[in-house]
Amino acid sequence: MADNKYAAYICSGCGIGDAMKVGQLENIAKKEGKMAIVKSHPFLCNAEGVQTIKDDIANEAVTHVCIAACSRRAKTEAFQFDGVAVSRANLREGVLWVVAAGKDHDEVRQEMAADYIRMGCAELKKMTQPAGNRKEGSSKRILVVGGGMSGMTAALEIAAAGYEAVIVEKTGALGGMAAQLWKRQPFKEPYSAAQEVGVGETAAKIAANPLIKVHLNSTIAETSGAPGRFLIKIAQESGAVSEESVGAIVQATGFTPYDVAKLPKLGGGQPNVVDQAGLEALAKTANGGAIKRADGKEVKSVVFVQCAGQRDETGTHLSYCSGHCCGTSIKQATYFKDQNPEIDTVVMYQDLRMPGMGEDFYRSAQERGVIFTKGKASKVSGGDSCAVTFKDLILDEENTIAADLVVLATGQVPNAGVDLEAWNPVVTAAEGGDEAAKVQRDAMRTTSVLKLNYRQGPDVPQFKHGFADSHFICFPYETRRTGIYAAGPVRRPMDILQATDDATGAALKAIQAVENAALGRAAHPRSGDLSFPKARLEGCTQCKRCTVECPFGAIDEDEKRFPVFNEERCRRCGTCMGACPVRVISFENYSCDTVGSQVKAVEIPDEDEEKPRVLVLACENDAYPALDMAGLARLNYSAFVRIIPVRCLGSVNTIWITDALNAGYDGVMMMGCKKGDEYQCHFVKGSELAHYRMSKIGDTLKQLGLEPERVQTQEVAITDNTRVVKLINDYVAELDKLGPSPMKGFG
Amino acid sequence: MTTANQTAIERYRNNFLREVEANVEEGHMVKMCMQCGVCAGSCPLGPAWQHSPQKIFMMIRAGKRDEVLGSDSMFMCTSCYNCMVRCPRQLPITHIMHGLANYAHRLGLAPKGQPTRDFATLFWNNLIKKGRVNELTLTLRHYFRGGLVAGIKEALSMQSIGLGLLLAKRLNPMEIFGGHGVKDLKGFHAIIAKAKEIEDRKKGFSA
Repeated sequence: MADNKYAAYICSGCGIGDAMKVGQLENIAKKEGKMAIVKSHPFLCNAEGVQTIKDDIANEAVTHVCIAACSRRAKTEAFQFDGVAVSRANLREGVLWVVAAGKDHDEVRQEMAADYIRMGCAELKKMTQPAGNRKEGSSKRILVVGGGMSGMTAALEIAAAGYEAVIVEKTGALGGMAAQLWKRQPFKEPYSAAQEVGVGETAAKIAANPLIKVHLNSTIAETSGAPGRFLIKIAQESGAVSEESVGAIVQATGFTPYDVAKLPKLGGGQPNVVDQAGLEALAKTANGGAIKRADGKEVKSVVFVQCAGQRDETGTHLSYCSGHCCGTSIKQATYFKDQNPEIDTVVMYQDLRMPGMGEDFYRSAQERGVIFTKGKASKVSGGDSCAVTFKDLILDEENTIAADLVVLATGQVPNAGVDLEAWNPVVTAAEGGDEAAKVQRDAMRTTSVLKLNYRQGPDVPQFKHGFADSHFICFPYETRRTGIYAAGPVRRPMDILQATDDATGAALKAIQAVENAALGRAAHPRSGDLSFPKARLEGCTQCKRCTVECPFGAIDEDEKRFPVFNEERCRRCGTCMGACPVRVISFENYSCDTVGSQVKAVEIPDEDEEKPRVLVLACENDAYPALDMAGLARLNYSAFVRIIPVRCLGSVNTIWITDALNAGYDGVMMMGCKKGDEYQCHFVKGSELAHYRMSKIGDTLKQLGLEPERVQTQEVAITDNTRVVKLINDYVAELDKLGPSPMKGFG
Repeated sequence: MTTANQTAIERYRNNFLREVEANVEEGHMVKMCMQCGVCAGSCPLGPAWQHSPQKIFMMIRAGKRDEVLGSDSMFMCTSCYNCMVRCPRQLPITHIMHGLANYAHRLGLAPKGQPTRDFATLFWNNLIKKGRVNELTLTLRHYFRGGLVAGIKEALSMQSIGLGLLLAKRLNPMEIFGGHGVKDLKGFHAIIAKAKEIEDRKKGFSA
């Protein structure tokens, strides 16, 4: 389009016209906002109102539209015009509903509305409508890493949806851990007896499916590219390397049982003490007959020790619960009871957890006469007659049970590959020329699962206890590598039933990813976003902050250490933009300028007017909706704040803060999501990075001669609609005590 | 290995549980307890019990035969049915408690001098004699269970209630001479004897 033409439309509906002088707002949009067309409408979001805008776009060649009406989160479908950039001035949720009613507040309400009009117009001028990142030849095939129950299910689900799947399995057969089981926990009514695992049937379905290709005895030698254009080098055991191009990856690499040898006190390594996998092997050998120990003696009594090396508070063993082991032990106890009810079976538990329909299975085991003893084992001695010493937690006494066989319920250790927290310092040392580090780096790389050639490391980032990072409620399958989805016990401990559900979810996410990549759109959480970061490399100082801080490893580096953006991997959070000290990174519709111009557009009253101005930078994911909901609930907050939504607190560039303080704002408040171990940040690390950056802003404030209280960072959840009001009002009161900013009048 | 240790490691086998299942009313439900402790928390007499129902069930599974059958806990049950109503696994706890008490009593393992057990014995013997409870002799026997002096003291302390009952014609002093029985006393005794025979046979006490 040759020339930009800007237009502003002010809605006077929903009571806006009654509480504000719309004519005055129109003048501001025209004179200060320099809008070519300014119109007001009593009901802008109805068909007629929208048609007015559409007519202007068609007849007047309007390219940029500022809608001054409700929040940008409302009426999104009505106010969306192809190829036209749209900014929104929030007069309803942001002014009308939150400023106290009545004549006393007319003046501040009008000033607030006027500022939002100025901000909307200022933002609009710096925006362009994103053209998208449509790349040719996007692959819609999906790679599944791991051929266990999760991997097989994922592949079948992908194929069922009409997409091609490629399975890479390191062993010579499909089935994984599930193939080593004699039977599985019941997953069908009446949930009272162990059922066939069905690995054979599932593997046969895969073999018969023309959409699924299987590489056995194979591992990944290298993964390069991005969603829609991953290139996978697959190394076969023979040494041959083949290549597959895929659009997305499902990582279903499962778990390894915790090593019993690490549990010598509980009899690990001693004769006739086995782990759950060991018992499955004995049961498979017995093939429905009497289960015999390794020495050939028929087992007449067995004790299952739950939580062996799990839920450990000393820090020596696994600190978490693996979730499946109670059910697995109960299932294994029924192996014995179903073969011979006279066999003594004791399940020694501390807390029995049988989720879902497991309760029915638990009851059926009790009916079979399996003894459940609430106790904590302190010592197991193996041998011809094993002895389990334990504290009975109900009878509160030390006791000992003898048994022919002891089964330790050890936990699941995820096969998530290289821990990037450990990887990065080694790589830094290796790049610095340290020879030992180079050897260590190469050794670590061999343990990698995906062997990504990403700048940030070869595997997906891990979270707690080595499991792949994902948000267990909000985005369970999303890893921190776009287009790579974790499913099954690599993500969190789980049983077969949960793993198959998980695989289905991850398969669907992978399909979304290939489709989005083909259209040049972002994946979760800004799904559908067509913008992507662009960098003016001529201004870049190669500081590497963007490549290091990108939560999704989207940015690589070229030989000269310039950032190389992989748009398909980008989630559009803007963390790179917030990190860039020279401000060369921007999005078409979101940049240092779109926000910076809004900051500067606000009219700052003189000191003697006693009208402070407080800038609130609110995360659009949780904080901004919470503020909208405060409006919806008609909660009042100070009319002295000016709120700008940001994509993530991680995208906040410190220039906005210094600009605001220089301009005479009395304070800046940032509202982002919860960070840390219980994070709620939709971009995982954005909020944490913002908090870190802001902790360093003290020096800047000192240089300006300002108090540190003038900048505040808060964690806000989407449900905090009453709390945000209190935060704002308390902060305004605090700033009032602090007195006006000494910078006023210099801006 | 010492004998004490031998008994210890013989524990947590199914033997005593099987015995309970075979001989105690509703004993087959003991294995269904999931040790939540709701019964122990619901019992209005809980603090007075040596072992809560939860613990009794655990002791049965742990094979603690002597401790369970020698316990006075089951005799403390007042049949309020709180535990039974609340048990998430729907165990008939009240019935099991009475069943255990009965089993221990018959084996002669129940604690001697346990007041509930003594009174129940008194009541049963009194009832069986004539097919009707003779309230006067039952009361007097109960009062004088601890000897002559204690009996006189307890009787005197209750004298106003006794006189009241007498005036209201709710107490006939003539009952002290044997009292009246059911019409067919012989038939009644035959019924009881037959019932005992059946029960003995069922519980393995026959002859």
